[in-house]
This record gives sequence, structure tokens and C-alpha cells, in this order.
Amino acid sequence: MSFAVSVIIGLAGLFALAAALRAAARAGLSGRARSIANDIPLTAAFGLLVIAIYAAVAIAAPALAPFAEREIVGNQFEAWSAEHLLGTDRIGRDMLSRLIYGARNTVGIAFATTALAFVVGSILGLWAALTGGWLDQVLSRIVDAFMSIPALIFSLLLLTIFGTSVLTLILVIAAVDATRVFRLARAVAQGIVVMDYIEAAKLRGEGAWFLIRREILPNALAPLVAEFGLRFCFVFLTISSLSFLGLGIKPPTADWGSMVRDNATLITFGDITPLLPAGCIALLTVAVNFVVDWQLYRASGLKE
Amino acid sequence: MIALRVALGIGLLFIVSLIIFGATELLPGDLAQQLLGQGATPETLAALREQLGLNDPAPVRYWNWLSGALTGDFGVSLSNGRPISELIGARLGNTVFLALYAASLAVPISLVLGILAALWRNSIFDRAANAGALTAISFPEFFVAYILVLWLAQTGIFPSMVRINPTTTFGDRIYMTFLPALTLTLVVTAHMMRMTRAAIINLMASPYIEMARLKGLSPLRIVLRHAVPNALAPIINVIALNLAYLITGVVVVEVVFVYPGLGQLMVDAVSNRDIAVVQAVALIFAAAYIALNLLADVLSTITNPRLMHRR
Amino acid sequence: MTKLRIPAMPLSRRGVLKGAAAVTAAGLILPHTAGAARAQSRGGTFRVGIGHGSTTDSLDPGLWENLYVQTFAAARHNYLIEVGADGQLLPEIAESWDTDDGTNWVFTIRQGVTFHSGKDVTAEDVVASINHHRGEDSTSVVKPLLAAITDVRADGNTVIVTLEAPNADLPYLMTDYHVPIMPGMDGRIDPASTDGCGGYIVESFEHGVQSTLNRNPNYWKSDRAWFDRIELVSILDPAARLNALITGEVHLIDQVDPATIGMLEGRGVARILSIPGNAHYGFPMDSRAAPYNDNNIRLALKYAIDREAMVDVILGGHGAVSNDNPIGPANRYFNTEMEMKTYDPDRARFYLREAGLDSLDVTIAVADAAFSGAVDAGAMFSETARAAGINMTVNRVPNDGYWSNVWLNPNGDTPFCATYWGGRAVEDHMFTTAYAAGADWNESFWSNDRFNELLVAARSEVNEELRREMYMEMQQIVSFEGSTIIPMYNNYVMAVANEIGTPEQISANWNFDGFRCVERWWMA
Repeated sequence: MSFAVSVIIGLAGLFALAAALRAAARAGLSGRARSIANDIPLTAAFGLLVIAIYAAVAIAAPALAPFAEREIVGNQFEAWSAEHLLGTDRIGRDMLSRLIYGARNTVGIAFATTALAFVVGSILGLWAALTGGWLDQVLSRIVDAFMSIPALIFSLLLLTIFGTSVLTLILVIAAVDATRVFRLARAVAQGIVVMDYIEAAKLRGEGAWFLIRREILPNALAPLVAEFGLRFCFVFLTISSLSFLGLGIKPPTADWGSMVRDNATLITFGDITPLLPAGCIALLTVAVNFVVDWQLYRASGLKE
Repeated sequence: MIALRVALGIGLLFIVSLIIFGATELLPGDLAQQLLGQGATPETLAALREQLGLNDPAPVRYWNWLSGALTGDFGVSLSNGRPISELIGARLGNTVFLALYAASLAVPISLVLGILAALWRNSIFDRAANAGALTAISFPEFFVAYILVLWLAQTGIFPSMVRINPTTTFGDRIYMTFLPALTLTLVVTAHMMRMTRAAIINLMASPYIEMARLKGLSPLRIVLRHAVPNALAPIINVIALNLAYLITGVVVVEVVFVYPGLGQLMVDAVSNRDIAVVQAVALIFAAAYIALNLLADVLSTITNPRLMHRR
Repeated sequence: MTKLRIPAMPLSRRGVLKGAAAVTAAGLILPHTAGAARAQSRGGTFRVGIGHGSTTDSLDPGLWENLYVQTFAAARHNYLIEVGADGQLLPEIAESWDTDDGTNWVFTIRQGVTFHSGKDVTAEDVVASINHHRGEDSTSVVKPLLAAITDVRADGNTVIVTLEAPNADLPYLMTDYHVPIMPGMDGRIDPASTDGCGGYIVESFEHGVQSTLNRNPNYWKSDRAWFDRIELVSILDPAARLNALITGEVHLIDQVDPATIGMLEGRGVARILSIPGNAHYGFPMDSRAAPYNDNNIRLALKYAIDREAMVDVILGGHGAVSNDNPIGPANRYFNTEMEMKTYDPDRARFYLREAGLDSLDVTIAVADAAFSGAVDAGAMFSETARAAGINMTVNRVPNDGYWSNVWLNPNGDTPFCATYWGGRAVEDHMFTTAYAAGADWNESFWSNDRFNELLVAARSEVNEELRREMYMEMQQIVSFEGSTIIPMYNNYVMAVANEIGTPEQISANWNFDGFRCVERWWMA
């Protein structure tokens, strides 16, 4: 129970810190920055704070981690102690250090993958919806063909064929995710392209790229941003599921998805070790989506 | 238009079968090597390849399979000689059952939560529902399953694995597959709920909603009668995506609960390079996916009359 | 934790040659009968959760390869000869056997045994069952093993097997799990049939899911097959297997995750059986490829691995260190007198210098398909090797296709990888399979003249002392000049529910009591 208590205390502390920072920003800043600080809800401030902490940890990992990422420094599954704050893992590496390096690897990979998937998927999706006709049909059918193959099995096929380096991992997951983004972007944009202002812009003679960038994207951004928040954390899960099937990131690189998998059997006996990396993923997911929700709300133009 | 989409769908099935066949061909190793495993020798490999007909060139094997499939004969599993229809039959039923079970829990829950969250946006309820759903999906599926087993199976309330056979009664099935269905519900609910909420909130600043508000309608009525109908297209799409996922993507849950569904069959067949089985299962998945999307497209078109009259 | 247990007195050579005589003696002294004195009772359903099994499993005995089909086979089939729990050969369908000089073998077939279909088991059935693994068009995995057989024929109620050269170990080959006795028809067996003459009759089976069997009321053994019913369930996920055992869904599971053994014992619902055998985990190096073609490099790597730590971490203590020796403690001529290699970075550096190097870069390809924990073992090896100036990159490869694309890779782009061997009951079988020059499964492509010479000589050597010396020397050569690093023997670790009774001695020959748990164990 002490674990649950400390988690609650930790979260409450983060909230308090976020509230304090927001108050400081309201007092200390001016102009546009101040209006944002006045506007920001506590949850979004909390989200921003968590993201900032993760980013700092990821950047400063070598300085923060007490031990090296791959170094075996103790026995298997040592208990929490002053020397190993979160104990050791299956082969005696320091858990805290692995988590810290995991931030760098996992968040980096997830961000690269999601960004790539969104750039490719949403541009193609908006373009298809705007142009319609045969281009829309061809792109949609190709995407349909790829999407109708289950993602996990398709990734398994591709990774077995192309190998499992970090780069192929990013490309394969991004390719699979991009099909999902394409579909959503196209669906959202279909509701927009029939609007009168698009008609008007077309009559003005604007090009496709201008229409996508200036007319459609701003209006389709909200659902896409919401989707980004989710897709981002799905990447961790995909990596974790892939390691369930024996693929995934190569050792001794630490990543949270594989760390959950490696220690998962322990949860059968109520041992909380696998909750640590899973908790890291969950906290980041919630934080990112709190910020996304705030942005979504701002984009909706609601003032209540 | 629907007839055209069905024809396109059939064409799509053909493309999928080509992609899957090609990808499986690209995988290193073949069925004979997988079957003999560590025990393969050049001599036994050659004999087994001959026996299984693996020596024909790839286009010939594809054509043999395709011509059989077109006449409704999916052939036999190359690795154990059993008819594929027999292998798939019961498993298809299991997969559909679990998908419907999970959907019947997940869709109402996520719609209600999503609408309420949009209605009471930025309230404690909204934040809590959001954080809860997000936490649930941040855990990998197998991990959610393990936690549910720890809480609900080790205490003896539900079985930790699914032991069903064709004679199991419907009530027993519902009881025994509750944990896998609950796991899947937790996995898909957040996505649908958040999309519902986002789609509704996206419309709340529209002039017609403003108008309704000025008329003095209650917020609940505004959301249900004015926002939801116009937000249906993205919501339907997300539901269709998640239903397709429930049918095609649940291999991990199947493994954890020892549930004999199609996902496990496909993974086994891929790793054993049993192309006939891979193709048959891939086609079922693709057909399910295409059908669900067709349905989603038709429904979204119906909800947005402008799309019916595109130039 | 569990330490090495020296197996019961190994079999004498005479005992192998004269099967019936060995049995008479065995019946008097074996702990097996002592176990029977405890309350064995009939009845109950025995449910087994097995971490193997696939929808693509075959019924063809020549293609059996995993614990699921092996256990399923042991429940429904009998073999010519059985390996007893202590390693002794016991007559099964062969009532007795004899040979002149090890070339011609006569097996007398037990009368009055019937198949589940009601047909009598005859010498012709035995001939058909053996012939399924021989000949041009046979696709059997054990074809190379039986390649030395030149003729098999039935003569009344005996079967006569002729070999191209004397081999004292033929009876052991007849215990191989791939060669069950199945009904013959015109000299062939039907490989898709589930008919057998074993203790249980198949009621239903679904590949990769589960199978159910009921006790054979006409089974010829009166002191075996205690359960009324057997259910074998394939549970691939380790945590799901544990949960199934804890919640009482199954009575027996294999491959218990070493990290959880202590916690499982704490629950008090099951006991752990940790059976030392000859099974071992290893890392073969392609001895034709640089740098592994230099024995100094191979020795450097052998001293750069921490065997004790591997046993503790990878096996959770359920195993023993191995001195790069594929012959295990349960073998007859196990060599315990060799100098034990321990983790010694200085010595590894010394061998590097002997090879003219200051440091070394190698890549090891691992996947958990090779053995459970192989990826962790690779990471550990890489860490300990670093202290010896060896920079080892761990290349995690997909489980999928591991045995066909990585292990024994014809392209040679994975010259250093991981391997697993179940061990063999006889030394010749192990060496001939994986260490003889040119053998199909010689995973390190290793060839040593002295070793090959000894291997052939030992096979037909009748002098017990000389034979022992030869096998001792062969182990010495493999250990110090071979090209496979074998850090550990892994125990067979299973967890069995408290309500199941088990004999005092559990077979070290394969997992699950030599697969025979289904007929040797009982509901307590």
C-alpha cells in the first residue's frame, strides 16, 4: 500500500507544483504569454510540467542515471535500497537507470514515429479528400488494402523481412500508423471540402497545397491533434506487443514497452516491478492528452 | 454507388491476397524448414518440399490457390493436412463472438462517457473519465489482462482461461469470456470515447449551436439533438475502426486467455509459412474490414446529405 | 538451490545387449516399485498446461518436435522400448531383445496387446512403424538417425533389424519418441491416424488448442495409466500458464519462469519439480569463419563467460554449470575430471594475446526461440566479455524463423548464435548428431581428426574400460578445442499441483518424466 500512497503523494505534488508555476507565470509574465497563463487549466499546466520533466530527463539521462544503461551492477531483482532506489531488473541492472535511459529511447522513438506518420498520413488524406475522383479512389483503396491486414501481423511480417533495427522499427510502425491517420484525415476533410468557403477558394483559383494548408488543415486540426495524442502512446504499446511476439528493440537498449514485457509475469504475484515502466508510459500519455485537450478546447473557440 | 463499392471491395480482396502472398514469399525460410525445424537435413527437406508441392514456382502456387479459392475450395492446411474450412470454422465463430461481446460493452460505454464528457467539459467528471480511460490504454493489452486476472481470476470470481467447446451453453460462454471481453473493452473504450468528445466539442462553437443556445435549449438537448447528429461521421468511422480491430487484432488477448480465435491461427500460420492458411485468414480479416468500412462510409454519407450530392 | 544429482547407477553394457535380463534385475531394485508402494489410485482428470503447441502441429510422427505433441504421443502410444525413470531400458511392445555382435538385432514382440481400434499388435505393425522413417520418400526427422539400418523384417512374432555396422546403442534409438508403434496396412502406417496401443484413447483434439483422452480399458499394463482422463492444453504465455496453475485450471505446467519460482512456492498450491538432465544451452561459433577458426579466440570467449551467474540468473539456480560439454551428468560416461573453466577476464585476455590481438569485436545473434532467456544471456555475456577486452554486440533476431535462418545459417552471416539441445541418453547419439565432422546438425561446422577417429572406434568397442576412456577423451577435446560454448545444463523445471502424486524418481530423459507423466503419475 505504501507504493500506492507514495504515487498519490507524488501526483499531488506535481499538481501543486504545476499550480505554483502557473501562479508565478500569471504574476511574472506579460502580454501574450500572460494571457496563455491566465487561460491555462490546471490539468494542462500539469501536463506541460510532466512533459517538461520527461524532456529534461531524456536529454540529461547520462547525467541523471546513477549507473550505465547496460551495466550489470547487482543480483537479479534486488529490493529497493539506498544504492538501487528502485531495485534491479531480471539480470541485475539498475532499474532507475534503465527507466531514465528508457525515457530517452522510448520517447524519442515514439515521437519520431508519430510525427512521420502524421506528416505523411494527414497530407495524403487531406489531398485525397480535396481532389476526390480517381486519386481519392486509388489512395483510399491502397490504404484500405494495407489497413485490412491486421497491424500487428503486418508489422511482424515487415520486421521479419526487413530486420529489426531502430530505423526499420520507426519506419514500419509509422507506415502502419500513417494508414490510420490517412483515413481519419480524409474522413474529417470530407466534411470540410463541401463547405462554401472551399468552393470560393477553388473559384479564386487557389492551388491544392494552399487549400490544404490554409483552408482545410486549420479546420481539421482538432480531431487530428486528438488523434496525435493517442497515436503517440500507441507506439509504446506497439513496441510492447511486438516484444510479446519476440520482436522489438534490441538489447541492451532500455525501452519502457519491452521493460513491461520483460517483467510482466511478476504482476501475477502482485509484485509491482512491471508497474514502474507501465506507470511511466501512463503518466506521459495522460500528460500529453491533457495538453491536447486544452489545445482542442482553444481550437474549438468555445469561451465558456 | 454501393454496388460499385462492393465491386471495389472484391478487387481489394484480390490485392490483399497478392500482398500477403508476396510478403509471405519474402519471409526467409519455407514451410518445409519450419516443419522440420532443428531436425532439417537437405535430404528430408527435399523430400518434404516435393511432397508439399513447394517446388513449383511462386506464380504457379498462387494460381493454384486462387483457382481453388474462387471455386470455394480453400484447400487443406499444408502442415497438417486438415481442410482449412474445418480449421477456421469454429475459430471464426469464437472470434466474432468475442468481438461482438466486447463491442456490446465498449460502444455504449464510450458513447455515453464521450457525450457526458463533452456536455460537462472541463469538469472534474470530464478530467477523471479522461485520465482513467487514458491510463487504461497506456497499459499494454497483455498487462491489462494480467491485472484483471490478478484481481478477478485469482480471487475465484472468473476463470483465468477460456475453456469452451462447441457444446458450451451461451450463458457459460458469456461468463467464461468475460475477462477477455473486459480487457478488450478497456483497450478500445478510450479511443472511441475521446473521439466522440472531440467531435462534439468541435461543433460546439458553430453558429447553429449558438443559435440553439440562444433559443434557450437545455445543454443536454443541444448536445443530443444538434451536435451529435452532425458529429456522427467521425464517430462512426472510429467505431468501425475499433470493431475491425476487435476482429482482426486481438491475438495478444487470445494468447493470454488461451482463446482459440483466428489471430493465433494466423500468427502460427505465418511463422510456419503455411501459405494456404495465411491466405484464408487474411481474406476473412480483409473482408470483415472492408465490410465494416463500407458500412461506415454509407452511414456517414447518410448523416451528411452534402456528401450525397457531390460534384 | 537444486544442485547436481548423480543419477542412479548407469546401465552396464551387458544390460543393453540383453534387454530382458536387465528388466528382471530392474524390477527387483528400482525405486519405481518403491514409489508404487505409496497410495496410487485410479481415477481423476489430469489437466496439463504446456507452453508449446501450434495450430500447424502435425500428426505425422516423423514431424513431431514439441512438448505438446510429445506428451500427446506418450498418452496414446507405446514404443518398442521405454526408458525407465532411472535411465534403464524397460521392455514395452518388445518383450525382449538380443543381438549377435551388434549388427543383427532380434526384438520379440509382446503378444496380447491390442490397438484402440481392437486390432492385435503384430510384428508387421512394428516393421511398418520403423519403415515410416526410412527410405527415399521419407520426410522423417529421425531418418538420419536410422540411416544405418539396412533391413527390417518380421519373422513370426519377432522383428529382425540389420545394421550396416555394429552399434551397441540400437535399443536406445528404438526409444526415440518419433517411433511409436502404429497399426500397419500393407507395410505402411497411416501418419494421420490417432490410433495407438497406449494407455489413453483419443476423444478429441484440436491442434494448438487442446486434446482430451480417456483411459484405455484394455491397456496391458496394470500398474500404469492411473487417471481416467487426460486433458492437454496448449498455453503459450508463461504468465497465463502460471495463472492457470494457481487458479486450479491445470495440474501441471512446464517452463516455469525462474524469476517467479520462489513466489509460486510461497502460494502453497503447487510444488516445483526440478530435474537435472542432459539438456543444455549453448553458443555455437562457426569454426570455419574468422575469427572463430582460431582456437585461442574460442578459448578467450570461453573464459569470458560467467557460468555461475548464468545458472543463477537465466536458470534461477535450476541447473548446473557446464564445462562446454554436451555430455551431461545423466550420461553414463560424464567426464567430471576436466579442469573447470571459470570466468577469468585475465585468462581471456591472455588467449586474445596468443591470437595476436588486444581487443576483439564480435556479434552474437540471439532470440528467445533458441532457449528461454537467450536474449538476457546474450546481454550478460556481452557485459562479462567487455571486462576481457571483447566488445560483443548483441543482435536480437526475430523468434520467427530462428532455426531455419539464423542457426546453422548457410550464408554464414550469423557465425555466432545461441542453441539448445535436449541432450541424448547415449554419448554416441549426441556426438554423432552435432559434433561429428560433416554431420547435418554440426552447428559449429567443427572437425577434429582425433575426435572423429575416437567416435567411430568407441561405437563398437566392447571393452567397458576402453570405451569409457575414449568418451572421456572426446569430452576433453570438445571442451577445450570445440567450437561451442556451453555454459549451463538446464534442469527440466515444472510445477505440479499438490493433488497430483509423483514417483520418487522422475526421469531425466526428456521433460515431463520422459513425457510419461500421463501414465506414471496419479491423483493423490
